Amino acid sequence: MSNLKTSICGVEFKNPVITSSGTFGFGTEYNKYYDVSKLGGMALKGLTLKARQGNPPKRIAETPMGILNSVGLQNPGVQTFVNDMLPYIRRFDTNLIANISGNTVEEYCEMVEILSDSSIDMIEMNISCPNVKKGGLNFGTDPKMVEEITGEVKKHCRKPLIVKLTPNVTDITEIARSAEAGGADALSLINTLLGMRIDINTRRPVLFNNMGGLSGPCVKPVAVRMVWQVRNAVKLPIIGMGGISNWEDAVEFMIAGADIISVGTANFIDPFTAPNIVEGLRKYTEANKLENISEIVGTVIPNK
Amino acid sequence: MAISEVIISEILSKKEIADGIFEFIIDADNKMGGAKAGQFIHVKCDNSVFLRRPISICEVKNNTLRFIFQVRGKGTEALSKFKAGDKLNVLGPLGNGFSVDREYKHPVVIGGGIGIYPLLQTAKILKNADAILGFRNKDFVTLEEDFNKICANLYITTDDGSYVRQGLVTDVLMEVIKAGDVDAIFACGPMPMLKAIKEIAEEKGIFTEVSLEERMGCGIGACLCCATPVKDSELEEGYTYAHVCSHGPVFNASEVIL
Repeated sequence: MSNLKTSICGVEFKNPVITSSGTFGFGTEYNKYYDVSKLGGMALKGLTLKARQGNPPKRIAETPMGILNSVGLQNPGVQTFVNDMLPYIRRFDTNLIANISGNTVEEYCEMVEILSDSSIDMIEMNISCPNVKKGGLNFGTDPKMVEEITGEVKKHCRKPLIVKLTPNVTDITEIARSAEAGGADALSLINTLLGMRIDINTRRPVLFNNMGGLSGPCVKPVAVRMVWQVRNAVKLPIIGMGGISNWEDAVEFMIAGADIISVGTANFIDPFTAPNIVEGLRKYTEANKLENISEIVGTVIPNK
Repeated sequence: MAISEVIISEILSKKEIADGIFEFIIDADNKMGGAKAGQFIHVKCDNSVFLRRPISICEVKNNTLRFIFQVRGKGTEALSKFKAGDKLNVLGPLGNGFSVDREYKHPVVIGGGIGIYPLLQTAKILKNADAILGFRNKDFVTLEEDFNKICANLYITTDDGSYVRQGLVTDVLMEVIKAGDVDAIFACGPMPMLKAIKEIAEEKGIFTEVSLEERMGCGIGACLCCATPVKDSELEEGYTYAHVCSHGPVFNASEVIL
């Protein structure tokens, strides 16, 4: 049991498998399929300061081995979450990670103040949502802004702060270093890749929002590459994600440098993906006689 | 707490009942037999498409589940290639069905095209329903006998008049309502049809439920992709987005904005 135990930022995880924000609701939906307490943690549906309607449909388009989504952060707002939802999901014996998006630095600060007084375990700051008009992506692609916003938010944050990085940049290591310099406690990557699909008959984009975030197995090589680059650039713990669908994928991300791995889009195809990965990692550690799964983190042997 | 499962179900029979329209009867595996009229299953096709496909349940009986779909794209095309004896990976039954758990004086099920399929189980449970079914033409008329057996009256229309009566299902609906005492309408079909039915229902003050569809991700209410606008007078905007998979697919017609 204990050979999967790991900890980052002083928070203990019973295993290094969590689920990604936006793909797992607030945990209750998948708890109908299995006890979500089996998971190391859950990054919950993205929150904003005020409730958001999200984008009109179509919000999803299929791609080869993946999807584009433009949900647009439909959520009840951070205060409603803390008051009405958190008490219920707190009963799950797993780490709860609140995911936040804002339009301004002040909004982020206000949200982390509210969440710091709650029973949430960690806060994941999304500075890279491609599906909202203001803020979001712009914060996440400018290294100076990333350092500044991370620094400001840290002043108000009394929980471990994870900064979620966008892959839609030329050099992700630059952004990672900025987040580290700003005082981030951990990094999560990657968020979705900005993409588009067009209906050739109507010549209209499939998504209402024209563009959306690409996720699923099709983005996995990009994500593995970025985890590896970031591992070599910063000392912070890394939560790696992007197309993880089975334990082999999870191991690959850990070897690339992820301390924790996160399952996103694969949940839609098989609700049991995350607990199956936990089991797969358990067997892997036993078969390879590892004392702890964390021994493989960052052990890639690059070609010269 | 009820634990839901991924069900690996054997296909017991497969039939092309009209051009490009396939009927599958699968083993309900003692788990899907309790499916409610109007619920759906989320089916894994093959590896040529990534997402599952939501398909409404047509009928459940004797521990079997019947569903019918039209080949519309790569997913349904892949699904149509499955054969009797093959195993299908199914999530479900999912969503909320029609309100057939109470008695009505004169319920009407009304559908168009492939929208008629979830209405069969609905009519079967209701027992005293009239059915109004619309098809493109004679070649696409399906399930006539099934509906005939379980409905008080069956009315069929075709767009081109090649079978029974030319016209719209809503023309028939107006006549049936005029003849008296219709107190419930259960509808599924193309959006223009649903809009027309919603208008009629509101004008006549008849309890009406509609089954909607939308591009879906998870099928269980987690990804929030299958959004459909519903009225919410407490909000400034006057509406919010509900989700077809978890709040629907069946909605009260007066709640939805079509």
